[in-house]
Amino acid sequence: MTDSAFAVVRAGALTTVQDLGRPGHAHLGVPRSGALDGPAAALVNRLVGNLPEAAVLETTLNGCAVRPRSTILVAVGGAPCPVTVDGRPVAWGAPVHVPAGALLDIGTAVSGVRSYVAFAGGVGVEPVLGSRSTDLLSGLGPAPLTNGAILPLGSPMSLHARVDVAPQPRPPVELVLRVTLGPRDDWFTPEAVRTFTSRAYRVSSASNRIGLRTEGPALERALTGELPSEGMVLGAVQVPPDGRPVVFLADHPTTGGYPVIAVVRPSDLPAAAQAVPGTPVRFVAVRRR
Amino acid sequence: MRALPVGDSALLVEVASGEEAQAVHAELLRRRAEGLLSVREIVPAARTVLLDGLTDPARLASELTAADVPPAPPRAREVIELPVRYDGPDLADVAALWNVPEREVARIHAAIEFRVAFCGFAPGFGYLIGLPARYDVPRRATPRTAVHAGAVGLAGPYTGVYPRASPGGWQLIGTTTAVLWDHTREPAALLSPGTRVRFVPVADV
Repeated sequence: MTDSAFAVVRAGALTTVQDLGRPGHAHLGVPRSGALDGPAAALVNRLVGNLPEAAVLETTLNGCAVRPRSTILVAVGGAPCPVTVDGRPVAWGAPVHVPAGALLDIGTAVSGVRSYVAFAGGVGVEPVLGSRSTDLLSGLGPAPLTNGAILPLGSPMSLHARVDVAPQPRPPVELVLRVTLGPRDDWFTPEAVRTFTSRAYRVSSASNRIGLRTEGPALERALTGELPSEGMVLGAVQVPPDGRPVVFLADHPTTGGYPVIAVVRPSDLPAAAQAVPGTPVRFVAVRRR
Repeated sequence: MRALPVGDSALLVEVASGEEAQAVHAELLRRRAEGLLSVREIVPAARTVLLDGLTDPARLASELTAADVPPAPPRAREVIELPVRYDGPDLADVAALWNVPEREVARIHAAIEFRVAFCGFAPGFGYLIGLPARYDVPRRATPRTAVHAGAVGLAGPYTGVYPRASPGGWQLIGTTTAVLWDHTREPAALLSPGTRVRFVPVADV
């Protein structure tokens, strides 16, 4: 093992390696995976001079702590949280030098769900089908972090211009998801479609990287038959038999047999990744571009 | 044929039968190979083909619905043979549903040439068609919490092989030693949409 590595001291509730994912394999049943809050992952990579495809850590609610074996530049972004090096507070959302053997602690998110940790050179685990992302649905890519695990780091690039600070959006107080209706809105009663686009939902605590689950009024079907399995896209709003909409996130299954009432605009999904359980959700119908 | 818009950059092409879906899928692969179609994902399924990552889905929708889709090209691909031991825990239930003696299940199943209609559920899991409709079986009322890798199962019109251990509700009739998915192999998936498959009974695998 080289010195370009870090040890996991505190894995946190769920910390995974994520990059841009592995699109292009859906026909084999391989989910796209990748960072749920893509802009946050891209930003922390820029802060340490990485290319956008470098792998970062994605934490869930209570952060993680790692000990790099050699001095390294890191940046933490996404969900705002306290960041310390050997117990001393350091900047969030800015590049930070961590000395060899020091403890980098990413604390519990003050707001939002997922913080992102970039290391200069990126997390260097072996790619699977071109991506280092952990896919929680299919089990592809590295396992979620565990205490005591050692993860390799890549070689830092010096060519890519890094930035010192950058504005980041705040996690949403209310999650507004713009949707285009279809392809299966005709499987629901007109009343259900009105309910979906006008009533308030809340983010369910059962949400994960596969889907943002919601609590709220159940949507009634007009057609009660079984839909043959069909391909699913990122942001698809699938309605299972309990009638509560589920928004498909990066680890979503590639095919599914419950009707998709609408599809969320991709640009609204990073905010969905940061919406804590209980956050109010509104689905707003917009015209197709 | 209908082409339903899905979000701003995808289309769901819906047809009346699995055969038509196969023909549409083959035509879309041909167009992509010839550089006539720029798309990130082409995902066939039971009665549909999803096209994701399109720049102008509306234009493609009108093109597709105006065009005559030729039938799928002749089956030029080789047949993948999967050695199988017909000893699954649901063999007796399947025999009862088919109204045949238990040993007949293997004979009927192994006499069919299957084709991968589509993949899903897990990387490398193919939905194989080929059994006549009279052999459709329901899923198990209570899914198993653990099904081993290589288990061969039936559900609805489909045969499938579990690429790795997972929960599952299919009726298990046998086991294969074939490795359905290996991400260090090229290609990683033994079965992909369109692959022809035969199950070859073995006494002991």
